Amino acid sequence: MAELVKEMKQSITPKRGAKPIVEYKDVYKSFGEVEVLKGLNLDIFPGEKVALIGPSGSGKTTIIRMLMTLEQPTSGEIIVDGTDLWHMKKNGKTIPANEKHLREVRGDIGMVFQHFNLFPHMTILENCMTAPIQVKKESKETARERSVEMLEKVGLGDKLDNYPSQLSGGQKQRVAMARALVMRPKIMLFDEVTSALDPELVGEVLEVIRDIAEEGEMAMVLVTHEMDFALEIADRVIFLDDGVIAEQGSASEVLEESDNERLQQFLYRFRS
Amino acid sequence: MEFYFLYMGVIIINAIIEVFPVLMKGIHITITVFILSVIFGYLFAFIAGLCRLSNNIIIRSTTSFYVEIFRGTSLIVQLFWLYYAIPMLFNIGIDNRLMAGVLAISLNYGAYMSEIVRGSILAVDKGQTEASIALNLTRFQRMRLVVFPQALRMMLPEFGNYLIQMLKATSLVSLIGMTDILYHGNILRSTNLSMAPTVYLLLLVFYFIMALPLIFLTRKGEEISKRGVANG
Repeated sequence: MAELVKEMKQSITPKRGAKPIVEYKDVYKSFGEVEVLKGLNLDIFPGEKVALIGPSGSGKTTIIRMLMTLEQPTSGEIIVDGTDLWHMKKNGKTIPANEKHLREVRGDIGMVFQHFNLFPHMTILENCMTAPIQVKKESKETARERSVEMLEKVGLGDKLDNYPSQLSGGQKQRVAMARALVMRPKIMLFDEVTSALDPELVGEVLEVIRDIAEEGEMAMVLVTHEMDFALEIADRVIFLDDGVIAEQGSASEVLEESDNERLQQFLYRFRS
Repeated sequence: MEFYFLYMGVIIINAIIEVFPVLMKGIHITITVFILSVIFGYLFAFIAGLCRLSNNIIIRSTTSFYVEIFRGTSLIVQLFWLYYAIPMLFNIGIDNRLMAGVLAISLNYGAYMSEIVRGSILAVDKGQTEASIALNLTRFQRMRLVVFPQALRMMLPEFGNYLIQMLKATSLVSLIGMTDILYHGNILRSTNLSMAPTVYLLLLVFYFIMALPLIFLTRKGEEISKRGVANG
C-alpha cells in the first residue's frame, strides 16, 4: 500500500525539471539572540504542494512569513520566479528592497493565517472585493462577480452581506481563503490554518484546501499539524528541526519510512 | 412669610428675564469658537497623531515636541502667548481675537487628542496589517482602508469626551476680550453685584444645555465603537 501511494505521488509530483518558482538560498533568520533558521535551502516548484512540519519553534511559520514579506531574513536570498525578493539592483549595486520592489515581487503570493485576520469592519463580500479593486484595478462589477463566485465555491454564497463577527471560525477561515484566491496567486501559503478552530470545524476548512489542491495550478505551502491531511495532499513533506531541514521526501517516505529519530519522536507525540 | 417667598420668586424671575437676553448676545461667539476649535482640534490631532507614527525621525521628534509643550503648559498661558506675546515678539499679527482663541484651544486639545489617534492606530491588531500586506495593498491603502477605519471606531468615545471639554474651554476666550456668554455675564455682574448668583446659575445652565447634544453624541460614539471592533 505504501509503495502504491509512493508511486502515485511520484507520478503526480510536478515537473521537477521545471524552474522552481521559489528558491531559498542559504537563508538565516534570527529574532534577537535566537537563531530560528540556520541556512535554509529549499526549492518549491510550480504547482507543487509542500507541507512543512516540525516542533514549535522550528521555524516553519518563519519560512512562509519571509516569503510573504512579513519578516525579513537576516541573511541569504529568497528568489521568487527569478527575482530576488529582499534585494534590488540600483546602479549596478545590490541594495535592500524597498516597498515598491516588494510589492512587485510578492504580487503572485497569497496567504491564509491561523487567526483568519478578516477585516471586521467590512462584509465578507467587501473583504474579498477590496484587493482586486485596489490592487488589480478591476472594475467594481468584475471584482464583485468574481468574489461572489469564489465565496460560492467555498460554500458561503448565502453570507455575502454578513460581517465576520457573525460567522463561525470555520466560515471565517473559508472567507479568508476566498479572499486570497480572488487575487489569483501562483503560490498560496497556509499558516496553521486549522489550529485556531474547534475540532468539529476543521473538516470543512480542509475540504476547501483539498478542492484547491485538486485544481493543481497553484503551488501550495502548508504549515500544518494535520499529519493525515499532509499525507493525503502533499507532494512533499518537509520536517524542520532546530532551524534546518532534517528530513524531506514524499509524504509516505517522511511520515512512514524515515528513521530520523527526532522525526519519530515528533510523530509519536502527534499520534498518541 | 408667604409674601416673602412670592417676593423672592418675583425677584428671581425678573432677574432671569433681565439676564437671559444679555447672555444670548454672546451665544453666537461661544458657538463659533467651539465649532472652529473642534474642526481644527481634530485636524491637528490627526496630523500630529499620524506624524508621531512616521518613520522619519525629524517629523516624529518635532511632533512629540509640539505635543509635550502643549500638554505640559497651561491653556490660558498659551492663549495669552498667542494673543499678546507672539504679535509683539514677531511684529506679526494674530491681532484677530477669534484666530488666537481658536488656535489656542485647537492646538491644545489637538495635542491631547493626537495621543488618542496614535494609540488607537497602534491598537489595531497587527494581523490586520499582515493580511493587507498579503493582499498586496500599498502602505497608504493599508492605512486608509484597513487600519484607520478600525482605529477611528476606537477613537470615538474619547473624542466625545474631549468634545465636551472643548465646549467648556471656549469660556477662556472671554479673557482676551471675546464677547462670548461668559464675557457678557461678567459685564452684567460688575455693573450689578447682586446679580451674581443669577448670572452664574444661568451660565451653568447655558453650558449644560449646549453640552447635552454632545453627551448624546458621545454615547452614540461608544455604541458604534462597541459594534465596530468585534473580532475578525
